[in-house]
Amino acid sequence: MSRSKGAIVGIGELKPQRLTSGVTTLEMIADVSRLAVLDAGLDPAAIDGLLVGPQVGETPQHVPATIAEYLGLAPTMANVVDLGGASGAGMVWRAAAAIEAGMCEAVLCVLANNREETAPRSPNRNPIREFDVPFGASGANISYALLMKAHMAEYGSTARDFARIAAAARANAQLNPDAIFFGKPADVETVLASPMIASPLRLLEIVMPVAGGEAVVVTSAERARSLRKPPVHLLGAGEKVTHRAVSHAPSLTSGPLKSAMAQAFAQSGTRADEMDLLSLYDCYTIMVATTIEDAGLCAPGQFGAWLGDHDLSHKGDRPLNTHGGQLGFGQPDLAGGMTHVVEAVRQLRGEAGERQIGKAGLALVTGNGATMSEATALVLGAA
Amino acid sequence: MSVDLNTLKTPGPTITALTRPFWDAAAEGRLTIQHCEDCGKDVFYPRPICPHCWSRRLLWKDASGRGRLKSFSKVHKPGHPGWLPAAPYVVGLIELAEGPTMLSFILPGTQPLQVGDMLQLAPTAIGGRVLPAFKPVEPDAEEKPK
Repeated sequence: MSRSKGAIVGIGELKPQRLTSGVTTLEMIADVSRLAVLDAGLDPAAIDGLLVGPQVGETPQHVPATIAEYLGLAPTMANVVDLGGASGAGMVWRAAAAIEAGMCEAVLCVLANNREETAPRSPNRNPIREFDVPFGASGANISYALLMKAHMAEYGSTARDFARIAAAARANAQLNPDAIFFGKPADVETVLASPMIASPLRLLEIVMPVAGGEAVVVTSAERARSLRKPPVHLLGAGEKVTHRAVSHAPSLTSGPLKSAMAQAFAQSGTRADEMDLLSLYDCYTIMVATTIEDAGLCAPGQFGAWLGDHDLSHKGDRPLNTHGGQLGFGQPDLAGGMTHVVEAVRQLRGEAGERQIGKAGLALVTGNGATMSEATALVLGAA
Repeated sequence: MSVDLNTLKTPGPTITALTRPFWDAAAEGRLTIQHCEDCGKDVFYPRPICPHCWSRRLLWKDASGRGRLKSFSKVHKPGHPGWLPAAPYVVGLIELAEGPTMLSFILPGTQPLQVGDMLQLAPTAIGGRVLPAFKPVEPDAEEKPK
C-alpha cells in the first residue's frame, strides 16, 4: 500500500433536522467547525487552510473570506469547492494536496445548510434551465429516473433490485440515533409500495432533504501523529467531471466514478474487494447500483445479484453506508456527501459504537454531484 | 394528460442572442441545430464554439427531426408547480439522427413507449409557445403500402 497523502484528524457533524427556523448557514458552519477542531484537539489558531462550499445562503460571493472572518481565521489557503455531492470528498483531496504544496498545514473542510420554510426558487440561467426545464424536466428526480430506466432497459434490472438498496440503508439507519429515519425502518415491500414520483423512481428511493452540517480537519501524516485521535490516512484519490445535464452524459449506465475509483485504487495500491467499508454516495438507489458496478465489485448490470449475495450491515461481509447512507440519514444538501467521509473516519478509528464493523482497515468513499456528473473517490486507511 | 398544454403556466426558455435562432425555428415548427464546418459534427445545445474541436465555424442547419429514445420517465410529481395540471406526462432523452442527445417532451403514441423506440419531431404548443416536442413513429403508418 502507498504512503499517506495526508490525514483526517478531526470530524464534526450536526444532527439533521427537517426544517430550521431563523438559523443561518454561517451559524451552522461555526457550530460544526468547532466540533471538528475540538475533535482534532487543535487550537483554532492552528487552522491555516479553509475549504468551503459555494453560495452559502447569505452570501453568494467571497464565501471563503466571509466564513474565515466569521470563524476568526486568517488562512494562508482559502477556496471554494463546487462539486455538488462530491464536494466533501473533493475537499479532502484538495486539502491534502495544498498541504503537500506548502500552502498550509491544517485545513478545515466544512459544509452546512439551513432549511427554512420559504426558500426561493432557483435563479439558474444555465443550459439546463434553457433546454431541459421548458420541456417539463425540473429537478434531479427526473434526471435520476432517466438513468434508472436506462439501466433497467439495458440490463433487465428490476424495481425490486433497486428497492433493496433503500431498504438496506433504512436498516443501517436503525443503529444511528441521529439519522432522520432512525426508528423508521422500511422493508423492500414498503419501498415498492411508496408513491411513484417519476417512473421508475419511487419516493423511498430518494433522499430526504434536511438541514445539517459536516466538517473534517486534514493535516499532514507527520503532524497527525501528535494529535489526540488516531489519524485516518488518505491513501489514494481520483476525480472526474464529464458533463452537467443528463442529456449530455457520455453513458447512462456507467459514470465518471468508474475512472475516479480506478485512479484512487491505483494510487493506493488497493482493490475494491479489499475494502472493509463501502461508504458510497447515495442520493438515489440508482447511484449505489451504478457505483457497485463501476467499482468492479460485480459485472455491469449485475448489482441485483450482487446485493443478493452480500450482507450490507455492519456485521455483514460487505458493510455499506453503516450510518444509514443519505437515504437513511437524510441529505443536508452538499454536506450530505461529507457524511460518507465522516462515517468512514468513525469506522476506521473504531469509534462507531453499536454499528462498529469488525475489521476496519480500509474504506472506499465516493462523492457524486449533479447527474452522475462530478465524481470524487477516496481510499482511506486506518492508522 | 387531458389538459391543454398551451394553457400551462410553465417556465419558458431563458433565451440569449446566441440561442435565439434555435427558439425562433422552434416557433415555426422546425428543429435547428449547429453544424461544425471544421470537424463535421453536429452540436446541441447552441454554443459559440464546437465542443468537439473548438472551431468557431458553426452553421445552423435544420435537423431531420428523427431520433431514438435513450430513456424516458413518466413524471407524476413535477419539479415545477406549473406542470402539475399536466401530470403524469412523459419526458425522454432523444438521440437525434445527427448525433447529439436532447431532452424533450414526449407525446403519447398508440403503443406503450419503450427504450429504443424511433421518434419524430412533433412541434407542440406548451405554456404559450411552440416547443420541439417528439412523438413515437407509428410502425403501421410507416410500412402500410398505399
